[in-house]
Amino acid sequence: MSLIKVQHISKQFGNLKAVDDLSFEVQAGQVFGFLGQNGSGKSTTIRMLLSLIHPSHGSIEIFGQSIQKNRAEILEQVGAIIERPDLYPYLSATEHLQLFAKVRKQKIASGRILDTLEKVGLAGRAQDKVQTFSLGMKQRLGIAIALVHNPSLIILDEPTNGLDPQGIADIRALIQYLAKDEGKTVFVSSHLLSEIEQLAHQILIIHQGKKMVEGNTKELLDPQKRIVQIKTMNDAGTLQVIVASSFSNYLLPRKEGIFLKIPTYEIPLLNETLIKAGVALLAIESKNALEDYFLQITSNA
Amino acid sequence: MQPKKYKNIVCYFLAFVFPLFLSVNLMAQTDPLIEKVSQKLAQVNDYVAEGVMKTDVAFIKASLGKVKVYFKKPNLLKVKKEGGISLLPRGGVSLTINTLLNTKQYTTIPAGNQVLNGKNLKVIKLIPTDDNLDWVISTLWIDPIEALVYKTATTTKENGSYEITMQYGEYSKQGLASKIIFSFNTKDYKLPNGITLEFGDEDPTAKQKALKNKKGTIEITYSKYTINQGIPNNIF
Amino acid sequence: MWSLIQVELYKIFRRPRTYIAFGAIAALIVVIQLGLKMDGNSYAAFLMKDINDTLTVDGKVLNGYLICYILLQLLLVHVPLLVALIAADMISGEANLGTLRLLFSTPYSRTHWVLAKFIAASIYTILLLIWLAFLALFVSMWIFGTDDLFLMKSNYVVLIEQGDVLWRYVGAFIFASFALLTVTSLGFLMSSLSSNSIGPIVGTMSAIVFFTILSTLNIPLFNVVKPYLFTTHMNNWKEFFDIKVNLNNEAIRGSILNIAKIKTSLLVLTLHIILFVTASVIIIKKKDILS
Repeated sequence: MSLIKVQHISKQFGNLKAVDDLSFEVQAGQVFGFLGQNGSGKSTTIRMLLSLIHPSHGSIEIFGQSIQKNRAEILEQVGAIIERPDLYPYLSATEHLQLFAKVRKQKIASGRILDTLEKVGLAGRAQDKVQTFSLGMKQRLGIAIALVHNPSLIILDEPTNGLDPQGIADIRALIQYLAKDEGKTVFVSSHLLSEIEQLAHQILIIHQGKKMVEGNTKELLDPQKRIVQIKTMNDAGTLQVIVASSFSNYLLPRKEGIFLKIPTYEIPLLNETLIKAGVALLAIESKNALEDYFLQITSNA
Repeated sequence: MQPKKYKNIVCYFLAFVFPLFLSVNLMAQTDPLIEKVSQKLAQVNDYVAEGVMKTDVAFIKASLGKVKVYFKKPNLLKVKKEGGISLLPRGGVSLTINTLLNTKQYTTIPAGNQVLNGKNLKVIKLIPTDDNLDWVISTLWIDPIEALVYKTATTTKENGSYEITMQYGEYSKQGLASKIIFSFNTKDYKLPNGITLEFGDEDPTAKQKALKNKKGTIEITYSKYTINQGIPNNIF
Repeated sequence: MWSLIQVELYKIFRRPRTYIAFGAIAALIVVIQLGLKMDGNSYAAFLMKDINDTLTVDGKVLNGYLICYILLQLLLVHVPLLVALIAADMISGEANLGTLRLLFSTPYSRTHWVLAKFIAASIYTILLLIWLAFLALFVSMWIFGTDDLFLMKSNYVVLIEQGDVLWRYVGAFIFASFALLTVTSLGFLMSSLSSNSIGPIVGTMSAIVFFTILSTLNIPLFNVVKPYLFTTHMNNWKEFFDIKVNLNNEAIRGSILNIAKIKTSLLVLTLHIILFVTASVIIIKKKDILS
């Protein structure tokens, strides 16, 4: 069952197309990794999921309901941190949780506040004002705010930003715990593949607002599979040939050309099939594995 | 011819000069009517009067207020508003008929008769003989039968001129009025907007009134006098 | 909705900035009261120069009621600036801080949040006014005592009996709350337009100062626009202290000279509040939260 269903959303800010015809689905109980370099449109997408930004086009459904029409019901079950952990410097960690517990329609027991702080490792600083907190502690408090009302969907935008290695490991463990032990769906964004690859069941890479790659993490990271780009004189005809063939399953939905993620040993067969079908083949270029591919995108920036 | 001449001179003297002497002589003394009025007033050593005061000055909006008027011989007078602020003509209140006549430092000049509100009144002018007194001249309109002063017009050295009109009732025997109206000339009143911090529209009615009427009155209507019961001096 | 208001009030009163306004009002009032206590009689004599030419004023002119009137005249020009300090920061301050996105990703709608914030800012404004009333009226009554209110206006003098004063202050403070809520709503509108704190605060203060100058300058060109400026109407609390007279020029106890003016001003101010708040809601609803 898809918990989040995004269909062809776009967001235009003046001349800048921050998100361009993006579609994806997130299944219940999954950790969904949303990858992209800084400025790739991740946060804009997350803000659209939370109705902070109105999409220029497209539709978003969460829990099977439209975010535009059923915002309140949806957000009651969503917890989120968005970009920086911006908080009220003059309030303590406990006060933050008390305030955000208050603005939920369900009643939240006071014991839950301390539990949540314990969960993120802030119980010892519960009464301290946020202005005395390090960036990492603020990040943890941000996560605690997202969790305090026990939501079924947790959206975490760059949750490990500003954390030390131990902090990163703690958050990773927390995300795994939430998904595995509490059955939550976690939508987590990052600009570092290394952070996501160990967590996410599903990965989507976005670049300049467009979807680059989407798929199961294990498959995408399978060293036995390669991404290849087929360059021909006639892309449309070639695509028809591939769709009709047994290679159709390997096709990657990309606009800028024909891309396939294909086991290395099947590349000669692909070549043969295309030639036989009379495709005016220019080249079959082997792209790198996902990691290299992601690094390539990010290093281009 | 000689005795006749002298007789003529005597006649002339008697007819013209003697009355002149007589009148000069009278001028130096107090008019008997003033004496009569003074005697009437002399019955009162002190009084406390309760009354209602109304202030009618173009630039003042004030409601009727209860007042107590304290008087003690020879010329102590105090108007006190019961728990409030009172506005009185400057220097005028102390010059009521009692305080005016009780000084005894004046000469009188009769100035004929005049009908005022249907009453035939004798007009007598008072001129102070003591230079230290504040007033310069005062004209009194007196009912010769009742020995009651119905009006005074006084010119003072420093506080301008004003008139006091009196009406009598229950306490006329003691020469005490039931209503006193002080009329006086008002000067312009204006405070800069920068001080009052008023920048809106002005009250047009007040402006019109101010243009129309530059005379102010303060009316006291007395309801009760308590006479000769003694008043401590610290009241004044 | 009530929980949102509670949250907003909690935030307002946990912020040190909030108390600047309370402190500033207390300091201003105490300084003026002290000055008038020490040297008030010469101030009163200066005011009564023209009156004293004609009349002798007997009684406690410089009493608590007059002191309160003087204080209100002076402070109701400045309090809006203090109100702006909080009101104009209610939305933009959070946008600047980055917390607005936290609030707007809760189940409550933006309209709810904007209204809750406006109500909380209004409660702050009214508390500030109550504080002002307490210090300016009750403390002055305690220090200077009470007597009739002898008001020296530009062209005439009004003497209001002691017993006829207090309800006028109640009316004036209720009126002033509308005036200050107009400032709150203006600050709010400015706040909804920006993502930084300083701009809306300075903008609101500038607007108040600018319109107040237009309202106070007696230049024919400005007189045309004066009736449409909210600052002109804000000053009409003074109408509670002008009294009707009958044909004998006796002041009528319990009367107000120009009640229609008060009603009109209240209507104009209320319309401004509705307009500013509605505009804020619409702007915030349409806005993409990018902060």
